[in-house]
Amino acid sequence: MADTKLLNVKKLLLHFRTQHGPVQAVDGIDFDLDYNRAVVVLGESGCGKTTLAKAILRLLPRNVEKYSGQVFLSGKDIMQLTDEEFRLSVRWAGISMVPQAAMNALNPVLRVGDQIFEPASIHLGMKRGDALQLALKMFQHVGVPADFINRYPFELSGGMRQRVAIAMALITSPSLIILDEPTSALDVLTQANIFNVLKRIKKELGTSFILITHDIATSSELADDVAVMYAGQIVETGDSTRFFPQPLHPYSQKLMASVPRLRGEKKLEFIVGQPPSLINPPTGCRFAERCAQRFARCDQEPLVIQKDGRTVKCWLYN
Amino acid sequence: MSAEEMTMEAVKIEPDRGKTGALLSIQDLRVWFELRRFGFGRAGYVRAVDGVSFDLGRGEAIAIVGESGCGKSSLMKTILGLYRPTRGKVIFDNEDLTEKGTEGMRWYRSHVGYVQQDPYGALAPFMTVQRILEEPMIIGGVRSKGDRLKRTHDVMEIVKLFPIEDFLGKYPHMLSGGQQQRVVIARAMIMKPNFIVADEPVSMLDASVRVEILKLLRGLQETHNLSVIYITHDLSTVSYFSERIFVMYAGQLVEKASVSRLLNNPSHPYTLALLNGTSDPDAKNALTFKEVPPGEPPSLVNPPEGCRFHPRCSKMIKGTCDVKMPPEFLPEADHQVSCWLFQ
Repeated sequence: MADTKLLNVKKLLLHFRTQHGPVQAVDGIDFDLDYNRAVVVLGESGCGKTTLAKAILRLLPRNVEKYSGQVFLSGKDIMQLTDEEFRLSVRWAGISMVPQAAMNALNPVLRVGDQIFEPASIHLGMKRGDALQLALKMFQHVGVPADFINRYPFELSGGMRQRVAIAMALITSPSLIILDEPTSALDVLTQANIFNVLKRIKKELGTSFILITHDIATSSELADDVAVMYAGQIVETGDSTRFFPQPLHPYSQKLMASVPRLRGEKKLEFIVGQPPSLINPPTGCRFAERCAQRFARCDQEPLVIQKDGRTVKCWLYN
Repeated sequence: MSAEEMTMEAVKIEPDRGKTGALLSIQDLRVWFELRRFGFGRAGYVRAVDGVSFDLGRGEAIAIVGESGCGKSSLMKTILGLYRPTRGKVIFDNEDLTEKGTEGMRWYRSHVGYVQQDPYGALAPFMTVQRILEEPMIIGGVRSKGDRLKRTHDVMEIVKLFPIEDFLGKYPHMLSGGQQQRVVIARAMIMKPNFIVADEPVSMLDASVRVEILKLLRGLQETHNLSVIYITHDLSTVSYFSERIFVMYAGQLVEKASVSRLLNNPSHPYTLALLNGTSDPDAKNALTFKEVPPGEPPSLVNPPEGCRFHPRCSKMIKGTCDVKMPPEFLPEADHQVSCWLFQ
């Protein structure tokens, strides 16, 4: 079953140790992703979206309390690999990541060409000349002029730096790219440009994407599937054509109602209260405290309920 | 003005104070920054704001929309009196600010509130909320400790930071982003201004909090009859907040219109591009590519001749757009557009 999907995450769990107790940043995540599809992970800051990406790529800090679950990449459980095997066969080779504020993630003292061919020379064993040729090809894919290859990051605009970071993620031709807030610091037109680039890559190279963002409106530019995260858990998954017009979980509904829209009148709503602390999350449904539709049963942990190919973690749909 | 008078005046909210005309009038404003060559001489100017004029009515909310680097922050800082204009006038309440000295500017600043973009960066980390809110009053000459405390409580109430007593002793790092932004708004309101400049007040906040803060600002604007300049790059929030939109490109305002007019009948090619670039959450978006004008905004040191958008514009008229700067045309009353297409 698992081998038909590109990525299959089962009960992924990552807790951090802190002075006040374990932070349950990622707490039992299940989702899967097909070949050549893009899933967006939506959620407020602090809900564990970025930690989820890091847990998939095993980019862990030192204070890990608990790290368990299964992650199948093309049918192979990558959680079983040793760190060295993981580094060689998964990072860059299978999954690459464009980190948050990627435009500031480039090394300021290296020419952009020199840093983006590095993964190719390490993971594909390419010589400098060949790797630079490949880098130029990637530049073409993302729309960076070829002569920029000898420039330093400070000589490029924010949008161009973001493209360079995407080119770097592409260079080893991974089957999956994780994008963490790829456009949150960029202007409207630059955002539109970057999403055009991502769409083209998806179409031409068949890459899959996990897009992590809190910007719901622009996320719809790439999304095939949507996963909504709240307080370390996924509360809803589904395809975008049905999710955007009609979200199921009360949290997703509120979240969608808070998106300002340019076209068409719509009353804006906001979610009262704050997300719970992940150190001592409430038992039962974690959203219950802020939910207008809560009832007695919400004190128990909700089951993940299947509904026409969508899943929702809410008692209302039982 | 004595401290007593000041307090008295501030207690009552009198946006008009018997005067007529626009609250703020910007006339052909230019803000140029000198580029020095190493050693001697100057290499030229960065023309951050180049010939901007508009009037802001009493109790009116306007939005200035533009990409980063278009000069909107320089315009805002000049309006706040932080930069001196190179040429042109900033007239507030019939007083020309460009002629004011230190005392005059102090008078002006007690009438203007400023809501910064990054709430955490805008609040001193070593001050408690109470101290942060008291600071403008100490500078503004509210001498009595009792008055200051009362006004602190009043302003915390209008920004809905409850329970007030709990928040007064807290430091900024103990607050969430939304709460920090409320403190920033409270501080902007504490001198009971009749004019507020909000520089991307919600861009650093989470989607769900964003709406809360926008609604709060809109509510304050209506109940206190405030004039507001809302600076943003996000067109989708504009219609919830302001009556008029000004679109800024490369140091100039290229289109000015009411919100409904601009959204339904955008005229300038750049405005069209911005509107096309803004997405609404819709799964259909993933199926199509967006039309984006090629290139990037021009350097403000050597802006292009004629219309500054012409190198990126698909409707460029050769011999006109690349030669002469377009004046403001009026396709309709209260809709100005600087584009030769509307000649």
